[in-house]
Amino acid sequence: MPVAAWPALAAVAIGAGLAAALLLVHHKAAVLAVLAVGAALLVVAQRTRAGERAAASAAAHPRLVPVAVAACGLGLVMLLREDNFALLMLCTVALQTLAALGLHLQFGYAGVANFAGAAFLGVGAYTAAVLGGHLPSVLVLVTGAGLAALAGLLLALPLLRTRGHYAALITIAFGLLLRTFLEVNDTLGGPQGLKVPGFTLGGLAFNDAIVFDEDTEWSFYVPYAVLALALLGATHVLVRRLERSWIGLALDAVRVDETAAAAFGVNGGAWKIAAFCVGNALCGLAGALLAMVTGFVAPPSFAFGDSLVLVSIVILGGIGNPLGLLPAAFLVVVLPEKLQGLQEYRFLLFAVLVILVLRLRPGGLLPRRLRRWPGLP
Amino acid sequence: MLGVIYALVATGFTLFFGVMDVIKFSHGDVVMLGAFTALATYAAASGAGITHPALLLAFMLAAALGVMALLGALMARVLVLPLRGAPAINVLLITLMAGTAIRESVRLFYPQGSNPKPFPRLLPEGAFEAGGFTLRYDSLILLGLGLAAIAATGLLLERTRLGLAIRAVAQDPETAAVMGIPFRATVLATFALGSALAALAGVVNGLYYSEVNFGVGLLLGAIGFSSAVVGGLGSVWGAVLGAMVFAALQTAGALVVPGGSAYRDVFAFGAVIALMTWRPAGLLAERSAERV
Repeated sequence: MPVAAWPALAAVAIGAGLAAALLLVHHKAAVLAVLAVGAALLVVAQRTRAGERAAASAAAHPRLVPVAVAACGLGLVMLLREDNFALLMLCTVALQTLAALGLHLQFGYAGVANFAGAAFLGVGAYTAAVLGGHLPSVLVLVTGAGLAALAGLLLALPLLRTRGHYAALITIAFGLLLRTFLEVNDTLGGPQGLKVPGFTLGGLAFNDAIVFDEDTEWSFYVPYAVLALALLGATHVLVRRLERSWIGLALDAVRVDETAAAAFGVNGGAWKIAAFCVGNALCGLAGALLAMVTGFVAPPSFAFGDSLVLVSIVILGGIGNPLGLLPAAFLVVVLPEKLQGLQEYRFLLFAVLVILVLRLRPGGLLPRRLRRWPGLP
Repeated sequence: MLGVIYALVATGFTLFFGVMDVIKFSHGDVVMLGAFTALATYAAASGAGITHPALLLAFMLAAALGVMALLGALMARVLVLPLRGAPAINVLLITLMAGTAIRESVRLFYPQGSNPKPFPRLLPEGAFEAGGFTLRYDSLILLGLGLAAIAATGLLLERTRLGLAIRAVAQDPETAAVMGIPFRATVLATFALGSALAALAGVVNGLYYSEVNFGVGLLLGAIGFSSAVVGGLGSVWGAVLGAMVFAALQTAGALVVPGGSAYRDVFAFGAVIALMTWRPAGLLAERSAERV
């Protein structure tokens, strides 16, 4: 029986609408109203099984839905084309989600907790700062990702030998170590940080505003936003494919019971390290582009608190469900900026929010579903 | 001296881990809040006309230890006990967030909380010389205070009924319950004890540096946790050993690494990672077997 396409398309449209509304409204009451509508929709979707129908319809139309999502993303960028600040936030959300996808790969699938996400972002960002201008920008992004993976590889042996809390300490110590290192190292700018050259592609410098004529001028964040969303989309598809493949199955097995997995010939250590490296590479990639977008890197952006923000995105979104990361990142990045009066209180608010979610909805906003094999009843 | 402060913090981590198998990451911020409670008490007491330093110090210690013990028990009751059976990562995250909440609350709600605060000097000034070394009296007193607290904790765990209960719950909560040991009460008592030690660490830290700062908890917490882990979680003497090792590493880092003291934390944390690779369960590892 064919499944209609409209529930999935409606879900995509609603999501994009909420995102646009959140980015466009300025008044505090309006922001809270948008949030309330979002929360209400979530509850309704759960009670009426609309969510399941949307998921089923999305599964039935694997070609159509990504196209719709891409169209919505482009539409969002076009809608905001003259609004510098909103576009910057959109870029930040996309790149934080990209980094969170990396963490998600490590934690949600392979079960490796990484409390140094911001440190790997930092590796990518400083790579962009040092190499930018010397190499083509695309190569800089790739190098940033590669170096982040390499830095993670340093932790491979300690991570394999330890488990649980001991493994958590390894990444925490690495995060603190890297940040202190950046702060005291003078060749990398010390506490003042470094300037980062912008992205250029085939003669198009991303840092120049796009001028059509006297009246029409697009923000220079437009190409960045498109690039960030494109990277995010591509990575998301990749991660989804990975999850559905035998690799995803192997990672799940290692997370749930490493000993049992080993008994079936799955090399747990190798898979954990592979997931760790790929995840860190994604963090590095996001960090490099983020540094180019903001044009500046400094140690305080890569502190332990920022690593925690990334972990919270993963937990809030629903561990193991890459789809939940985007709304979670939206909440975490956009909300504090929008509630300007609350800017001072944002870490406090945010800590309380995560505590509440952990107490009331331990699975996160959109928890992971069980694996469904196509063809099985 | 640093070692003693770290040991006070690390003992808390190891106690919590012992009874509940959890890492309570807000511990460093409890240390900081203890120092701030003492500071507030100092302001109130000197406002009330008390000037005798020993009396003031006694008041500050009493208030800080008491309030933090209550807070520790409260956090155990609200945040840690309900999450029993949840993945360990959730507990870690929830306490990390609680720590952030404490830190931000102090920064926002304590009068001018975002600036470093001078901590009153209440200990006798002066120093005595012994063959080329200069020892400050206040350091000596703080050292004695810290060591006494750790020794008292050790005695409490090994010689009293409460200590027996804590060790029993740590070993096997169900069997302990069968033997008539109240599980919840023991856990709450342990958290109160650990948090009181944290408050003491905060006051000692404040007296030693004559300054407290809302952000001090994060690094102290991380160091205390590293010390407890390096020593081997679950063992008080391991925590003390780990703390001494960490302090020694920091000092060695300042002396050995070119570039001087700026890199001492880089060196110390790097050394911790290396140590963990060498002995994955700490120097004094608890013996464990995993059933498959």
